[in-house]
Amino acid sequence: MPINYYIFLSLALFCIGIVGVLTRRNAIIVFMCIELMLNAVNLLLVAFSKMNHFQNAAVNASAGSDGQIFVFFIMVVAAAEVSVGLAIIVMMYRNIHSVDINFLNRLKH
Amino acid sequence: MGITSILFWILSSIALFSALMVITSKNPMYSVIWLIIVFFAISGHYILLNAQFLAVVNIIVYAGAIMVLFLYVLMLMDLKKESEPQKHRWIKLAGAVAGGSLLLVLVAVLRKADLGNSIAETRMGDIGLIENLGKILFNEYVVPFEISSILFLSAMVGAVVIGKKE
Repeated sequence: MPINYYIFLSLALFCIGIVGVLTRRNAIIVFMCIELMLNAVNLLLVAFSKMNHFQNAAVNASAGSDGQIFVFFIMVVAAAEVSVGLAIIVMMYRNIHSVDINFLNRLKH
Repeated sequence: MGITSILFWILSSIALFSALMVITSKNPMYSVIWLIIVFFAISGHYILLNAQFLAVVNIIVYAGAIMVLFLYVLMLMDLKKESEPQKHRWIKLAGAVAGGSLLLVLVAVLRKADLGNSIAETRMGDIGLIENLGKILFNEYVVPFEISSILFLSAMVGAVVIGKKE
C-alpha cells in the first residue's frame, strides 16, 4: 500500500482522539481518547518501518526493525501510564464522588 | 483492486467508525467496547503489514490488559446515578472545530508533500517476526528493556500507593 494511505488513516484517528479529549467531560473517556492517539502513532510508526525496510532491505537486512521496537516500548510505557492514571482517577472519584474534569479547577483560583 | 487493498479499506473503515463511536457514545461502557474494536482493527493492520509480534502484543496488552482495567474501574464507580452532565454546546462545537481544523491543515500540507513512490510493504518482509525482533531487542536494546522493567515496578508501587485508602 502507498504510505500516504497510512499517513491519512493515522491522522484521522489522531484527530478523532483530539476531538474526544476536547469535547468530553468524563475523565475516563478523555483517558481512552489519549490511548486512541497513542495507537494512531503506533500504526504510523509500523507503516514507516515497513517503508524503510522496503527501501533499504538490500543494504541492511534488518532495516526498519527499530521502528517496531519503538512501538513495543510505547506499549510498555502506555501500560505503566494507564495503571497510574486510573489509580489517580479512582482517588479523584473517592474524594469528590465524580469523574467530571470540570471539578478539577482548583489551580484556577 | 487486490485482496490487500480490500482488507486495508475494510479495516480502516472499521477503525474510523469505531473511533467515532468511542467519542460519541453516551454510556462509557459502550465507549470501552468500541475502543476494543478499534484496537482489533489496528491489530488487523499490523497483520496486514506482517508485523505479527506487534499484532499479538497489541491484542494481549491493549485489548486484553488495559481495556479490562478500564472496564473494572468503570464498574467500580457507579456512574449511572448522575448521568454525565453535558458540556456547553458552544464548547463542544469549539472542540470539534479545533480538531477538524487540525485535520484539515495537516491533510492540506501532506497532500502536497513529495513522498515519491514510497510503499509500505504488506504481506512480506520478515522484520516483524518474533525471531528478528527478539534478536534486536536483546542485543541492541537490552538496556532500555531492563529500564522498562524498573519503570513497571515503580508504576506498580505508585498505583498501589495512590489507590490505597489512607
